[in-house]
Amino acid sequence: MSVNTQPRRADPAPPERRPRAPRLTWSRFDVKAAPYLLISPYFLLFAVFGLFPLVFTLWVSLRDYGLAGGEATYTGLDNYAALLADADFWNAVVNTIGIFALATVPQLVLALLLANALNKRLRGRLLLRLGVLVPLVTSVVAVAVVFTQLYGRDYGLVNWLLDLLGLDRHIDWQSTRWSSWTAIATMVDWRWTGYNAIIYLAAMQTIPRQLYEAAAIDGASGRRQFWSITLPMIRPTVLFTVFVSTIGGLTLFAEPVMFAGNRMDGGTTGQFQTIAMYIVEQGFRNFDYGYAAAAAWLLFVLILLGVGLNYTLARRIGGSR
Amino acid sequence: MTAITSPAAAERDRRDPFRATPLTRIGLGVTLVLSIFPIYWMIIIASRTNSDAVDVPPPLLPGGNLGENVRRVLATEDAHFLAGLLNSLVVTSTVTVSVVVISTFAGFAFARLRFRGRKLLLGSILLTMMVPLQQMGVVPLYQLMVDLGWVGSLKAVILPYLLNGFGVFMMTQYTEQAVPEELVEAARVDGASTLRVWWNVILPAVRPGMAVLALQTFMLNWNEFMWPLIVLTPENPTVQVSISFLTAAHSTDYVLIFTGTALSVLPLVVVFLAFGRQIVGGLMEGAVKA
Repeated sequence: MSVNTQPRRADPAPPERRPRAPRLTWSRFDVKAAPYLLISPYFLLFAVFGLFPLVFTLWVSLRDYGLAGGEATYTGLDNYAALLADADFWNAVVNTIGIFALATVPQLVLALLLANALNKRLRGRLLLRLGVLVPLVTSVVAVAVVFTQLYGRDYGLVNWLLDLLGLDRHIDWQSTRWSSWTAIATMVDWRWTGYNAIIYLAAMQTIPRQLYEAAAIDGASGRRQFWSITLPMIRPTVLFTVFVSTIGGLTLFAEPVMFAGNRMDGGTTGQFQTIAMYIVEQGFRNFDYGYAAAAAWLLFVLILLGVGLNYTLARRIGGSR
Repeated sequence: MTAITSPAAAERDRRDPFRATPLTRIGLGVTLVLSIFPIYWMIIIASRTNSDAVDVPPPLLPGGNLGENVRRVLATEDAHFLAGLLNSLVVTSTVTVSVVVISTFAGFAFARLRFRGRKLLLGSILLTMMVPLQQMGVVPLYQLMVDLGWVGSLKAVILPYLLNGFGVFMMTQYTEQAVPEELVEAARVDGASTLRVWWNVILPAVRPGMAVLALQTFMLNWNEFMWPLIVLTPENPTVQVSISFLTAAHSTDYVLIFTGTALSVLPLVVVFLAFGRQIVGGLMEGAVKA
């Protein structure tokens, strides 16, 4: 440490105090109030179309409440207790989780691989990127109409292809648990894999090129680069897609409904009835809205559990590298 | 990991980490075929007759019946197909524009402005995204629409869908990623008001994100089925509801159903081509910057 022999520089003169302009007041108000103004449209909408229905649903779930507008008698937690003892409800829970797992895991893994491939230097990549997004263009109803036909027992293209490959050709896809789950999972995957890939791709493109170049100079293989650079860098995006597909998967409705020919029962023995279908069946077919509302709240609890679990898992996977 | 890789491969990777291997190309080719085939097949069936539709092996080339099938769909009285198409167009465009504006505003505030309760409010949005409003809110919302006298009106379909937590969350993330904090601070030092910062700094930077959100909102709302079915009248449906009437009344007429479905997808294809280029362009632009 050396002694500073230099003459100390004089402190700069305090800045001249400017007369307080009205503009300053406005900008102070602007800084304070503008954030709230900017977010207020969302929260106004939320109050009316989000919070109100939720509170109302909670109120209904504690009552014996029919849609016809009859008397709503307070029954406490009776609806919840009955649900937890209801084998049909648990059947729907098992189906929902089963289809969700069968659909989501391959979907996100495939999307990661697809995004990594699309991130390479390729000819006609605009076309490729548009191409993988094409399934998103079809409506859920359209996907279900087409895939139900593809999975037809007698004239379906899938059975015909299986026959060509020398496999059992007359699978009745709707009749058993595993086959109906598979059919529905492929509908979900077909529609959403490309979308997730594009989301991952967008995140991958924000990773600085130099990281890869440095890694390559250090001798890291392509696979190693994927695990050590790409995956950790896009982790927030992966977490986000896990979060979204968990919610989507646990509220699955349109595909199984259309697969069941526009019915809510999910096949002859309810082999692919999801919780969302069960709720609509209870509320709008049996007109027991209190029961349906209680099921809706249990679904919410399940979603919270699912999101929490997946979040922990996905964080561990991305963070270990 | 490095030990497994051959020296030659490592050498290639060193030269160009973004090289596409033959396996990559094959994989992408297969994916592309699988992505497009079901839609292609839908159009094939829409151009054929009912006896063709149950042929084994199934037809893979277009027939000459498309015009006739389209006429049949439009002439199906109980489906109100044209009205459905127009209504879907009005509803979906209105919702898309509004959601993008609302989300860009809120995303800006959450990502780049400091205010009390910011974390709590953003957290509450994340929490509400976990709520299956579709399943949980149907009857309360229906009663609300009855009280407002909006049953049968497009307002009843438009307004609830303006609530889009995903959009706010997405634009928050996107703004954080695309707009450096220093840029906002610099604009502030120059004396720019919040609205000016939004217009001059935020908007240009988040445009690709807005395009993605717009596309997605359009798709999602075009596809909405359950709520429009409940709250609209059969004479004034959206296009998905039209298809369901077509399906319900003519369940064995595959060609009719497939043609209706193909028609309902057509406007999406048009919008997709318009927006899709913009999205991919935005992504490429990001790549150049990085």
